[in-house]
Amino acid sequence: MVGSLDSHPPQASILPLRLTGACARVRGKPLVGPVDLTIGAEGLTIVMGPNGSGKTTLLRMMHGLQRVAEGEVCWNIPKRQALGRQAYVFQTPIMMRRRVMDSIAFPLILRGMGKMRARARASEWAQKIGLGDALSRPAPFLSGGEKQKLSLARALIFKPDILFLDEPCANLDGRATREIEAILLEAKAGGTRLVMATHDMGQARRLASDVVFMYGGKVHEKGPAEGFFKGPETREAAMFIKGEIVE
Amino acid sequence: MNELAQGLLDAWKLIFTLDRDLLEIVGLSLRVTLTAVAIASLIGLPLGAWLVVNRFRYRRATIAVLNALMGLPPVVVGLVVYLLLSRSGPFGVFGLLFTPAAMIIAQVIIITPMIASISHQVIRDLWADYHDLLLSLNASRWQRIKALLWDGRRALLTAMLAGFGRGIGEVGAIMIVGGNIDHNTRVLTTAISLETGKGNFAFAIGLGLVLIALAVSVNLIIHSLSKTERASNW
Ligand SMILES: Nc1ncnc2c1ncn2[C@@H]1O[C@H](COP(=O)(O)OP(=O)(O)OP(=O)(O)O)[C@@H](O)[C@H]1O
Ligand SMILES: [Mg+2]
Repeated sequence: MVGSLDSHPPQASILPLRLTGACARVRGKPLVGPVDLTIGAEGLTIVMGPNGSGKTTLLRMMHGLQRVAEGEVCWNIPKRQALGRQAYVFQTPIMMRRRVMDSIAFPLILRGMGKMRARARASEWAQKIGLGDALSRPAPFLSGGEKQKLSLARALIFKPDILFLDEPCANLDGRATREIEAILLEAKAGGTRLVMATHDMGQARRLASDVVFMYGGKVHEKGPAEGFFKGPETREAAMFIKGEIVE
Repeated sequence: MNELAQGLLDAWKLIFTLDRDLLEIVGLSLRVTLTAVAIASLIGLPLGAWLVVNRFRYRRATIAVLNALMGLPPVVVGLVVYLLLSRSGPFGVFGLLFTPAAMIIAQVIIITPMIASISHQVIRDLWADYHDLLLSLNASRWQRIKALLWDGRRALLTAMLAGFGRGIGEVGAIMIVGGNIDHNTRVLTTAISLETGKGNFAFAIGLGLVLIALAVSVNLIIHSLSKTERASNW
């Protein structure tokens, strides 16, 4: 089990991920869907849309945290095997009551790595992400931006096959955002598929290979990034890109 | 009043000369209650966490029962354990009645619901925080319980100390199942009640002082722990 963290043994790809008519409901009330969407093996998908349009719900549904009330969310491999190969960076960072080092190391510990090795790996990641000085501070007392960095390191440390990110740069300054983007691109080059919700139009343009535009709980528009930014098909998407208020 | 003063004076003498009878009684008190707390924690802490992490049919009912069991009158527990352990009872063959083991059993029954119930509340709050993360990281059920117990350890220690406080001051159950036999099953609380009855106030007060000291130090520890909790020293 530990070995798979260092060298990926040849195993079936977790992707593509297919959503067919997938709906999320709360007490019968529809939140999101029906969604038909395929996340292919290559690329970087950006999920956009106004507040409350269902970005978070969509990501949670893909990751298996939100129950799929109707339709299907299917991985290329059985769901059970797919579970341990995904990571998620939450919109509101979840901080364990542990020191920074142990928080980042936690996923490795869960996967059976020894404490010493996991901590060494965690401090490498902390350095990389700019938390090198905070290693032994309690995680819940980090600043908002530092918490987001910790979340990202914790998600990437076990080299997931796919990483869902829910506005990971929302609390970061410009420089930190660029650093995070570099780390994300590195992860992508290392074989981690990224699916990310963001409100930052510049970031979306910089990173996206394809775009999913959510509006009113539905996938309103989707397609390659270039086409989307140059010539959106729907009025709502066009207004959203221009930064106008979409009603 | 005079008697109290005289008693206090004699009591200090007993304490400072490390009176052997006194030491023996204190030792047994600690042994019985600490063992009971240890066993109750081994049952109660994982039970509390398990009740949070698992959804099953009678979960709510189980929690309600647990909370109700916290109010069990020790005397009744003592009576039931007595009947179970007495020669004609179902566990009579083990010959445990009137031994420290019987006292430990009774105290485990008294303390476990308390520790389980408090730890359930503590862990429930932590679980609300951790739920999405632990699910996302695909932690097994046992790993979830372990993480919750570990990260809640300070508050859980408080639960254990509360259990200790209840056990060390308890007299009803251990009197019945222990029998308050000299050099055998006599503990602080039972000795106090006996010595008071005999008019042996010095000894009774000496024992009382030790009991108070134990209870107060437990409370001090709880207090300082909750302070470090707030100061975030984990
Ligand atoms: N558990 C829930 N119960 C009731 N309504 C919910 C629940 N979860 C989400 N919603 C509603 O579903 C809609 C979509 O929420 P979601 O969090 O997915 O939006 P979002 O696109 O991520 O918004 P934001 O940009 O603000 O993060 C919102 O109107 C929200 O209030
Ligand atoms: Mg959201």
